[in-house]
Amino acid sequence: MSLLKYESQIREPLVDGNKDYHQVTEDIIRPIEMKPSRLWYIGFWISVGLLLFGVYSIYREVTYGIGQWNLNKTIGWGWDITNFVWWVGIGHAGTLISAILLLFRQGWRTGVNRAAEAMTIFAVMCAGQFPIWHMGRVWMAFFVLPYPNTRGPLWVNFNSPLLWDVFAISTYFTVSLLFWYSGLLPDLATVRDRAKTKLRKLLYGVASFGWTGSTKHWQRHESLSLVLAGLSTPLVLSVHTIVSFDFATSVVPGWHTTIFPPYFVAGAIFSGFAMVQTLMIILRKVFALEDYITLGHIEAMNKVIVLTGSIVGIAYITELFIAWYGQNPYEWYAFKENRANLFSPYGWSYWLMMFCNVVSPQMFWVKKLRRNVAFTFFMSIIVNIGMWYERFVIIVTSTYRDYLPSSWSTYYSPSVYEIGFYLGTFGLFFTCFFLFAKYFPVIAVAEIKSVLKTTGESYKRKMTDIEKADAEKFYIEEVEHAH
Amino acid sequence: MAGGIKKFVVGCFDDEHVLFPAVKNVRKAGYKIHDVYTPFPVHGLDHAMGLRETSIHTAGFIYGITGTTTALSCISWILTKDWPLNIGGKPHFSLPAWIPITFELTVLFAAVGMVLTFCYLCQLSPFVKKHHFHARATDDLFVMAIECTDKTNDAEVQAFLQNAGAKEVNVQNAETGWWIGRYDREQKLYRDDEKGY
Repeated sequence: MSLLKYESQIREPLVDGNKDYHQVTEDIIRPIEMKPSRLWYIGFWISVGLLLFGVYSIYREVTYGIGQWNLNKTIGWGWDITNFVWWVGIGHAGTLISAILLLFRQGWRTGVNRAAEAMTIFAVMCAGQFPIWHMGRVWMAFFVLPYPNTRGPLWVNFNSPLLWDVFAISTYFTVSLLFWYSGLLPDLATVRDRAKTKLRKLLYGVASFGWTGSTKHWQRHESLSLVLAGLSTPLVLSVHTIVSFDFATSVVPGWHTTIFPPYFVAGAIFSGFAMVQTLMIILRKVFALEDYITLGHIEAMNKVIVLTGSIVGIAYITELFIAWYGQNPYEWYAFKENRANLFSPYGWSYWLMMFCNVVSPQMFWVKKLRRNVAFTFFMSIIVNIGMWYERFVIIVTSTYRDYLPSSWSTYYSPSVYEIGFYLGTFGLFFTCFFLFAKYFPVIAVAEIKSVLKTTGESYKRKMTDIEKADAEKFYIEEVEHAH
Repeated sequence: MAGGIKKFVVGCFDDEHVLFPAVKNVRKAGYKIHDVYTPFPVHGLDHAMGLRETSIHTAGFIYGITGTTTALSCISWILTKDWPLNIGGKPHFSLPAWIPITFELTVLFAAVGMVLTFCYLCQLSPFVKKHHFHARATDDLFVMAIECTDKTNDAEVQAFLQNAGAKEVNVQNAETGWWIGRYDREQKLYRDDEKGY
């Protein structure tokens, strides 16, 4: 941790506005103690409405079967697996911010890590829905778990990428949850100790596990966070690698490529950061947290977006090149006719993806745009649409025409219940996020305090005052000594 | 459960740069620091207090290894002995295909094990209650509690802490351990008139 103490002269402060420790607590915890705004209620009830629509869509699907989704003969993984991969990808930025940036000693992560981790957990909750309901007979979902059972020696297939997914997603969810909650304990204790009402004292008292802030506890807590970060870093890479294996280990043209793992991981971080931007820009505005989520934070995240966006762009071009260079006629057909040909049935989605993911993030090379909040917000939406289309392109354009022309499908368009399911996960995500923003500190209070002095302007000023006073004292002593 | 009632002299500091020399001086003077409560992790404070380095990461390593072994032994037993399945003529013992799950279980065991160990060592759990020397210890104060013995002169310790830069000094009788309780209740575990606290 000692490297975090290094202060660069040219670096802008991580927290604006000359705060002291108490002010930080006040700013971040006050929204929890106040009644939520009208806007909060409107947003919350819209989310709940979407969630209910999703629940109804799932009810239809469970009652009448997968046929409710308009999936057809060859497109068996339409919107639902697209959404699954997209939501998992969204989740990755949270772990990236909290784990990888912690290992890299990036002080700026403290302003955004809490909300990003929460985003991860809610996004993985949404993602997990899709494969589970896609099973069709969802009451058999426990069949994917290995356990000695009464159906004879019937085990799951450990060689199957779909089973790897089960382990990857559930482990990812568990570890993210533990990481998030262990980080929340000290802040929940802060809320508890400020609480005025009995109910709040009770709830936060239970939730904070009796945290006191003892030095020994902090020492262990730091060690725990560091090791969990060290574990989550390869975990986050492995999860999306495994998701990409769902495609890459098959023999479907357009899926069977070795570039998938790094390309999926970069894409996940790309879309995840875009989602973090969307949420953070709303959050800082609604809760007046501009001093904590500064332009510097937004710019730093935009730099990550331009980096990962470029990696994704290179991956698209490499993939296209290898499809041609590999001399596999099926592969080349999938790329040339199903995707790159603008006038093929799904050509539009390929070029939309190309525009959103390859061309648009390049605008962030311009510093002015990188630090422009409105433009960043707009771009974050564009990137998320683009990344959704990336998964759609991979799934639909590869499967609607494969080896046998006799099984070429007609144009696939989702049913209202398939769209409803997707909207329902948005409802779930935002319902959870609204509740989180209301009842939990959206910024890691303790972590902000620990970087406050290494970057705060007030601290710098105080230090110069002390130095000045010391110099004066030294001068007076010298004069006295001389006489 | 209860660690016993003891008497403490409590000093509250508002700056970690004042706290550090104070911790050093208090130790030099031979007083026993019960604990220092801080609102955020103050790096190096554990060394200044002379605390032992935590070995929670070693525990994490052991849990991780346990996860690896569990996964590998379980999968190889299932797929080679209990239920050998011919999948495209591939060998029953197909190690490369098992790496993802082995890795995931390693991480899962290590993470869950470490968090549980952390909660156990720090005695953290829902409904656990501990004595608070100062309500602002989780906000902006650094609170040092010095344990008193029969021979300790509290007035002297209080003066010492004040000299060291403490903003607020007092004497408290407190329960040192933890108990099942709730923070919304002003619960007294002892009576002031009780003998020898």
